[in-house]
Amino acid sequence: MRKRHTPKDRLITVALHVALAAGLFFAAFPIYWMLSSSFKSNTEIFALPPTILPKAFTLEAYAAILGDPVKLRFFFNSYFVAGAVTVLTVLIALLAAYGFSRFNFRGKGSLNTLIISTQTIPPITLLIPFFGLVVSYRIFDTYVALILTYLVFTLPYAILLMTGYLNTLPRDLDEAVAVDGGSSWTALWRVIVPISLPGIVATSVYTFLLCWNEFLFALTLTKSTSMRTVPIGIQLLMGQHAFEWNQMMAMSVLGSLPLLVIYLVAQRFFLAGMTAGSVK
Amino acid sequence: MARQKRSHHRLKRAVAPYLYLSPSLLIIGLLMLLPMVTVISYSFQNSAVLRRDPSFAGLKHYQAIFADPVFWASLWHTLYFTCMSVVFHMTIGMIFALMLNSDRINPTLRNILRVLYILPWLFTAVIIAVIWRLLLEPNGVVNSILMQLGIIGSKIEWFSSPETALHAVTFANIWAGYPLFMVSLLAGLQGIPKDFYEAADIDGAKAYQKLIFITIPQLMPIIISISLLDFIWTMQVFPLIWITTGGGPIYSTEVLSTYTYKLAFSSYNLSQAAASAVVILLISLGLTLFYIRYQKAR
Repeated sequence: MRKRHTPKDRLITVALHVALAAGLFFAAFPIYWMLSSSFKSNTEIFALPPTILPKAFTLEAYAAILGDPVKLRFFFNSYFVAGAVTVLTVLIALLAAYGFSRFNFRGKGSLNTLIISTQTIPPITLLIPFFGLVVSYRIFDTYVALILTYLVFTLPYAILLMTGYLNTLPRDLDEAVAVDGGSSWTALWRVIVPISLPGIVATSVYTFLLCWNEFLFALTLTKSTSMRTVPIGIQLLMGQHAFEWNQMMAMSVLGSLPLLVIYLVAQRFFLAGMTAGSVK
Repeated sequence: MARQKRSHHRLKRAVAPYLYLSPSLLIIGLLMLLPMVTVISYSFQNSAVLRRDPSFAGLKHYQAIFADPVFWASLWHTLYFTCMSVVFHMTIGMIFALMLNSDRINPTLRNILRVLYILPWLFTAVIIAVIWRLLLEPNGVVNSILMQLGIIGSKIEWFSSPETALHAVTFANIWAGYPLFMVSLLAGLQGIPKDFYEAADIDGAKAYQKLIFITIPQLMPIIISISLLDFIWTMQVFPLIWITTGGGPIYSTEVLSTYTYKLAFSSYNLSQAAASAVVILLISLGLTLFYIRYQKAR
């Protein structure tokens, strides 16, 4: 159809590639800079003119982070809290999604609307009563406080994601179980769960990511250094050492690793979760 | 006997969904709806949280907030930050999606670029804030490049001068947020039937005409719903601003979330903070209702 290889056409193709390169610079340069700075010494970071590649490649920043038990604890806390919330969220959301997907009941529409609208509740609004509750139930500065409060934010997304997934599965499968005299509970575990693994993975990935990124509650509901998560750890690093930029960048790289790995290994599941809020 | 069994079965079918939903509803009720009621009641109390028997304060805290010039400045900064972010997220997301969707680039390059263009999305707000602080340091790489190119004459303190700070945090947020639009629009572009374009080709339509009369109208539902969500979420941004500028210098980047946070946890005026949090909640709820009505109408 299209006429190709006319001079004008070739010019457009060249212009497009120049624009793509500019876009690439915009998107990736800040991240490249983080990576390259994490392999520099702190003095080289502010060398003039700036060195694009580390002149003296060094792992000293990584050694400083990984050799410090305080910082390793930040990572442990982040993995632990995100892992626990993910398991709880997926279990609870799976049950709710099963209810939404396989049953008709009074109030279904309004409950669904309620869950959609809870996605947009501002965290700062809930932070103040959470602080009051957490203090009065004496769980301030504990894992329980973080896990319970994160659950509130992960659950609505997880329910919507899982319901969307379960709706794509044919109903004949669980009806076959019902004909054999099995209960809906049996159908859920014997039939639905085994074939829902892609949906469960996507939900887990997104839940993990939400928890891993959380900052506001971790900042406010914990206090002792041993309870802090990675994002708070990075902030602490900024205050405490008079700007050890290479260490801050190394910690940022290590803190981004789980998401990068998940993204590269399971891109499909990752994108399913990230766009869940908008595609319903 | 059989009838009894069947009615028993029907009862189980009727109760079952509520049982499956009960853990979720319990959590949402106790940890989301109840706290919302709590925060509203805090906003009408004196010394909420801090005292065991707080007295009724009426509308005092709301009056205090509406009389505070910093609150209005925060509202204005939030609006600027949010509107600029959403407009540029959409523009950049659209341009990138159209470029990646073009049949002029080879599929391997397309796949590689798609992964790389999504990169900013994979980083936590705190890390994005730290990266931009390093890039925009007075002695940092951005100043250095701009000076070599002769665009600026002297080093600019992007985050610590009141004239540039708000633009700098907005720019960092624009960088961080466009991939949501890009990914959604790219999916949308692939869903537009090819015959629309073929029909337009037969009629001799130009590229820009196809963009205006086919592509954009087809993508409109996605553009509207993502814009609304992006608006609601950007309005609530906290860590990026907290880490880069902390709302300063001299309130020049104070937004509603940092304003509220400081009231609560720097001044320990939790009642007034609750009033401010309720104002944010009302704005969000208004937008959410709009969003839900739009989704239902679709």
